Order: sequence, then C-alpha cells, then structure tokens
Amino acid sequence: MPVPDKRVTIDDVVASIQDGMTVGIGGWGSRRKPMALVRALVRSPVRDLTLVAYGGPEIGLLCRAGKVRRVVYSFCSLDSIALEPHFRNARQSGEVLTTDLDEGMFLLGLQAAAWRVPFLPTRVGLGSDVMRLNPALATVKSPYADGEVLVAMPALELDVALIHMHRGDQGGNGQCLGIDPYFDDLMCLAARKRFMSVERIVDTDDFLRAGPPQSIRINRLMTDGVVETPHGAHFTECVPDYPRDEAFQRDYVASAKSDDAWEAFRAKYLDVEEDEYQAAVL
Amino acid sequence: MSPPTRAEVCAVALAECFRGDGEILANPIGTLPTIGGRLAKATFEPALVVTDGEALLVENILPVGVDAPDKVVAGFNPYRTMFDVVWSGRRHIIMGGSQLDGFGNQNFAFIGPPEKPTTQLLGMRGAPGNTIHNKTSYWISNHSTRVMVPEVSVVCGVGNDRAANLGPELARFHHLVRVVTNLCVCDFGAPEGRMRLLSVHPGVTVDDVVAATGFELNIPSGVGPTRLPTDDELRWIREVIDPLGLGEKEVPNP
Repeated sequence: MPVPDKRVTIDDVVASIQDGMTVGIGGWGSRRKPMALVRALVRSPVRDLTLVAYGGPEIGLLCRAGKVRRVVYSFCSLDSIALEPHFRNARQSGEVLTTDLDEGMFLLGLQAAAWRVPFLPTRVGLGSDVMRLNPALATVKSPYADGEVLVAMPALELDVALIHMHRGDQGGNGQCLGIDPYFDDLMCLAARKRFMSVERIVDTDDFLRAGPPQSIRINRLMTDGVVETPHGAHFTECVPDYPRDEAFQRDYVASAKSDDAWEAFRAKYLDVEEDEYQAAVL
Repeated sequence: MSPPTRAEVCAVALAECFRGDGEILANPIGTLPTIGGRLAKATFEPALVVTDGEALLVENILPVGVDAPDKVVAGFNPYRTMFDVVWSGRRHIIMGGSQLDGFGNQNFAFIGPPEKPTTQLLGMRGAPGNTIHNKTSYWISNHSTRVMVPEVSVVCGVGNDRAANLGPELARFHHLVRVVTNLCVCDFGAPEGRMRLLSVHPGVTVDDVVAATGFELNIPSGVGPTRLPTDDELRWIREVIDPLGLGEKEVPNP
C-alpha cells in the first residue's frame, strides 16, 4: 500500500503559522534544527510568536528578525560557542520575554501535552528560582499516604511543531540517523499542526537500508506535512549527513556585533529564497 | 616527570569529588571536570559509569578534545535518557556557574531583572533538577569576587539554605558535595551548610582565597595544601586523558 502523500512546500508551512502562535522547534542547541523553515519564517510577515525550544540559533535569528514575543526555554546555546548572541541582545534590550524552565521540566511539559493531561508532577523546580520567575507554576500534594509536595509542571501545548529529520517518506514517517533523537517526537505529539523537513524524501522501503527500525523515530501519526529541504539544517549539525558549519556560525555570531553587520548578513543569507541561500553557502 | 601544573592539581581535586561514589554516572561538565572524572575512573573509582560527552556510555578512558577516539561503547544515553538517570539519583554532576554564593546557590541563567537582564547567560539548563535529585559539585575556573558572590541574581542550582527551607523530606535527595576552583577546594561542612575551605592549591595562600571570595568563607584552623597528583595520575593525564594539554588552556599555570 502506498503511504498517503503529505508532501508540502516551505511556503505551505509558513502559511500555516499565524501571528501570536506558539511554535515548538525540534533539535537541540545548534544541532539538527529545521533551519530552512526558520529562514522562511524570518522572510515572512509573521510576528509575536512564542517559541518553545531546546534553544539554538533559530531562537536568535527569529528574535533578531522581530518575530518573537516570548521564548520558553531552558538554555539557548550554539554549542561550540556557548552563548547565543542575538538572543542575548534581544533579552538585554528587553525586546523579548522569557519563560525560564529547567530542561527536565520542559520534557515533562511536552509529555503532558502529548498525553493530554494538564500537568505532570516533579521534584524539579523546588527550591530554585524557577518558581519565583514563573509565579503561575503551582505545586500539588500527593493524594497518597506520603503526602509529598511536588511541582505540577503544566502541559506545554504547541500550535505548531517544526522538526528536521535525516530521511522521510511522503507519508510523513521520519528517520533519525544521528546518535541522539532529542525530543522531536514529543514536540510533534505536543502540537496541533506538525511539519517535518527532511534531508531527503525516500521510499518507505529505503528506511531499513539506512538504519535500524529504532531510527524511525517519527511515524506519520505525528506529522501533518513533510517537506524536502536538502542541507536544510545548515548551519547547525546534521550528522552523519554533515557537521556544523563552524565558519558560517562564526559569521552568524559576528552579525550580532552591529546593525550594519546584521543587515549585510540578512541581505546575503536571509532575504533570499532557500535555493539561493544554499548556493551561497556551498 | 616534570612537576604538576595548576591544571593537573585541579584535575586531581575534581577526581577526588567522585571518591567513594561507586557505580553511578560521573557526569562532569567542562574540560577539567571531564579530565577529573575520567581520571577517577582510571584510578581509584573504577566502577564509575562515564559518557563520551555525548549520547554514549563508554568503558574505556577517552582523551578530551580528540576527534573520533576509539570507544568501548557500553550503553546508549541520549538526552532524554539522562533525565531517567538524574531523577533516579544515580549520578554525580560537576557543573560550572557564573555566580555561586556561600550556601552553594548557583546561577548561569542571567543577571539583572528578568524582563530586561543586564547580562543574559545560558538559562536554567538542568541545574534545578540536578541539585534537587542527585549529588552536585561545582567547578569554578576563575575564582573571584565577581563569581563568588554574597547573593546570586537567579537561583538555578539549589543551595543548602534553600534546601533547608524545603525541609528534610522534600530535600532528601539534595546533596552538594564540593566546590573546586582554580585556587582551592571547599565543601559545605560549616554550620548551616555553609561553604568551608578544605585546602589551597600549591602557590595559593588562604589570604588569596579570602580576597577572591565575596562572602564569608569558613576557614578551619590548619588548612593545608591540596593533594598533589601521583606519578601514576600524571601519566594518566598527560599520556591518555589530556594529551593536547587542554586543561592548561582552562587554568593556565601561574
């Protein structure tokens, strides 16, 4: 049986994202981020987004482009460069608000949304300023004999999830060939609309030629659309297909030094269609 | 064998954090803590479980900063699995901090008001969950009054005063073990769980440490020098774990 055809274009993905939406982005730090989709969002007129991510350059780019009202995060890093410069600038100028969470609370919030429960209990947060910085966070008392007090981490419900996988089929099944699947499946499960970009769309038959069944992390129940974006995680790493482009990442960091530097970076790499971007960075 | 460098003294002090830990995940973050963790496993704490710095558990002693070393892979431990390890408590993390106070409250999120920080740093990362669930030690590579402060701007890692306020039941897995810096080694053995000086590295005086600390550090009588590396430890560091000398890039020899 052929799988359904859920192929879409980058423009289709962007068109489904409206002002004020909460968008979850997969990957981790500067690793396997759906950057082709992020670049298209930068070019779009959308604004006032709430971003939810184990944060990397997608946060910085969208903040610098004026697309973001709030960032729900536990860290924002470029890995080989510890701090994300555009995110720092946006924070230090007061342009974006944040919800500061522990990275495990983040997991629980996505899991709660995925399982359609209002919260999951955890010890994480007790005693720390996560509670002070998020006054809406409540605790819950165990109904059992122990009576323990725990943090009730609320569901992190997403309007849209954007993830990037190494391989996918036209039905929206997705394969991760890297060592760490991160939390991309949870991002999809926590979202109402789910889009996956992939390095290559292959026949479903081809998955097991590239990796074991465990590498097929995303099944088509988790996705609404799939779009082929070769080299689409650039400049973040997408091992084994390609490593992080460290030289480009340094240029990206340098673009945070001044408005002129940003405008030059933007004109060359962001105000262009994806194929022109790819031609410029190869 | 040439005499030990300050970085090597720090590496051994960091290894000592894991003494007696047995079969738990030694999870040191950063170059010198990683060297220390691998040294502990290579020498006096062989049952420790260690990672390759990414998603694999490995049973051989890997070099730091070397591309694609040979790995004896014993397990798969992606980020999501790490929370299983942390929350079940079989882990001792050594993490850094941009600010640390005398109770061991730690900050690397941001400094200043939350709506417009003067300095945005990394974020909460896993510090709240680490400190409330498993053993935590801290590594401070630049011991100074800018880092060792009377009060941190944001509490990411939970200190002993905060844990005491939670009470013995809620904080029963909270355990701050040690602080190793480029100058000295401390624990939290002073009254109320305050930080106490254990030893100063060779070439450092107690007065140096006091001058570089922005809170009142408990100074017991007879604080001695930090233990020097043995020849065996120096061989492990120089020949196997840190052949590129990356430790000295983090803590230069004075």
